[in-house]
Amino acid sequence: MMNNSSEQIDQDRRGFLGAAAGVATVTLAPGVLLHGIATAEPRAERVTDTVRYGMLIDTTRCAEGCSACVTACNQENGLDLQRMPQGMDPAKWDRQEARWIRKVKLQDNLTGHVTNLPFMCQHCEHPPCVDVCPTGASFKRADGIVMVDRHLCIGCRYCMMACPYKARSFIHAEVEEKLTLAPRGKGCVESCNLCVHRRDNGQASTACADACAALGHKAILFGDLKDPESPLSKALAALPSRQIRENLALNTGVRYSGV
Amino acid sequence: MKRIVYREWRLAPQRYWGLLAILAVVAGIGGLAFWYMEHHGHWVTGMTNEIIWGTPHIFAIFLIVAASGALNIASIGTVFGKTTYQPLGRLSGLLAVALLIGGLMVLVLDLGRPDRLIVAMTSYNFRSIFAWNVILYSGFVVIVVAYLVTMVDRRLKGYYKAAGTLAFVWRLMLTTGTGSIFGFIVARQAFDTALLAPMFIVMSFLYGLAIFILVLMFAFAQDQRPLGPFILTRFKGLMAIFIAAVLLFVMIYFLTKIYGAKNYDLVNFYLVSGGRYTIAFWFGWMIIGLLAPFGIVTHPVLSQDPKWIAGASALVILGGMASIYVIVIGGQAFPMALFPDQTILESGFHDGVGGQIAPYAPSLPEFLLGLGGVAVALIITAVGVRVLQFLPESLADKDVDPHATVKA
Repeated sequence: MMNNSSEQIDQDRRGFLGAAAGVATVTLAPGVLLHGIATAEPRAERVTDTVRYGMLIDTTRCAEGCSACVTACNQENGLDLQRMPQGMDPAKWDRQEARWIRKVKLQDNLTGHVTNLPFMCQHCEHPPCVDVCPTGASFKRADGIVMVDRHLCIGCRYCMMACPYKARSFIHAEVEEKLTLAPRGKGCVESCNLCVHRRDNGQASTACADACAALGHKAILFGDLKDPESPLSKALAALPSRQIRENLALNTGVRYSGV
Repeated sequence: MKRIVYREWRLAPQRYWGLLAILAVVAGIGGLAFWYMEHHGHWVTGMTNEIIWGTPHIFAIFLIVAASGALNIASIGTVFGKTTYQPLGRLSGLLAVALLIGGLMVLVLDLGRPDRLIVAMTSYNFRSIFAWNVILYSGFVVIVVAYLVTMVDRRLKGYYKAAGTLAFVWRLMLTTGTGSIFGFIVARQAFDTALLAPMFIVMSFLYGLAIFILVLMFAFAQDQRPLGPFILTRFKGLMAIFIAAVLLFVMIYFLTKIYGAKNYDLVNFYLVSGGRYTIAFWFGWMIIGLLAPFGIVTHPVLSQDPKWIAGASALVILGGMASIYVIVIGGQAFPMALFPDQTILESGFHDGVGGQIAPYAPSLPEFLLGLGGVAVALIITAVGVRVLQFLPESLADKDVDPHATVKA
């Protein structure tokens, strides 16, 4: 009897211990595993100036009426998660909503020639937005990407006054839903950062360039301006291109051909 | 010259507290406007991604520019040795500090993240004229307070001239810094000229003087202190000269702009085709703000009447607000020359399609926030003159010797 009884108890204990171990494993394992992944990630590596990211936009390939680059950017960077506040005039909201890239259609006053192009932060070597920022929130990374440190931005908007490309947006309203890669806070300024999260993840291109290529237009070519063997450098060497507002001598990272 | 006696502002308590209560209500409403805009975000204002700086900035810049100008009266007495102006030095310094604080308050409360003010105080980018202005503005308050102490404390009389000179140099730097906020903006045609720095300085002379005259006349009238025609004659002479100087700078501004073909459209926008901005320029700035007061202060009969001089000062202030509106809002509304010699047919970001001027409809809270800043400046002044001896007992002609100058 005694033996049977103690065997019974042992069975219960085993079951309990097994269940406890299972629960513990399920609870702790993801943390342990994720911690392992987190420490293995080479994110702590400094951005170097051995590369300079830039773009060539071939306006002859940019299709009229197509806005795939804009849609892709909006999705990639969570700009499509902005919601117009209730009861607001949509026309005014249209001028307050943040945008990183837009399509522009131009006509030459003398010749009548029409050009379509995507327009965004030009990632200047000498960015006026960085010069004027009182706190240093507006900054240029070593790899040439111009962006805003969301922790330092006080929302003074002087960078928006100073940007010669009207490339920056102010977040006028609370954004409830946001992506972790673009935590959008009310009262700060932001602009195109050449999909900086993709750079840090080692991806090859930007959302806008990928979307354009997927449609076969290939009007946007992203790459390293410092690598003479990169497709971007080769294309820039082959095609005549220019900077927008080149008289300002800002040495932009985004170049245009056919304009 | 008789010894100048200073006395606290001896207004009847009911009147004084009534005045303070009115100002406190205006300041309080400004505070509520700030809370409303901060809570909801800037979408409740008229400001957009095109008109980036709006009505609060008109008030803030006007007050800051006028602040440095209000110190001029003290500087003329101290730095240039005109003893006539010395009795006014204390009020001049107080008003300068008060206007600056009022203006800065509006500027700070319009930030997207006013809660991060500490960041602006601790994290500096020294290439930014804005960052320099943070130092220039806080330095101005410290220096002017020290200057006031040398005026009041006999033991520090030896430092009076040095403090006054430092304050004068500092105020010139400060207004240069304020003008340069716009002067350094190469992106926008209306700005992008070094001329804006000295232009802001002459504008500060005029606006600071106008506010000073009104505050002085009001304060003196309220407790029946004598204000003789001699000092008013000085003021109207100064006003005429400052108006002429502003007109000269406006003329040079347009001449330098119109010299290059690239700015023909801009000049046309301001002077002819800019709609509300053209109206504000001609009627607000030129006629109300400069020509009409010039006519008054140079008129042989009207200029003898203190009421007309007060009226001219009020017109200068209204015109001064119009001038900042034209410069700051107009300069943003005019489309940026992204693609010279090309017309933008379509854009996903309102880049002045077909040369369209960016719309701006200021909202009430913006305006109330600005008025709140004015009220705060006046509260500081009213409390200052009440509790401290800032106002001279008399500015009657017999008490202000017209011909004496300080011997070096």
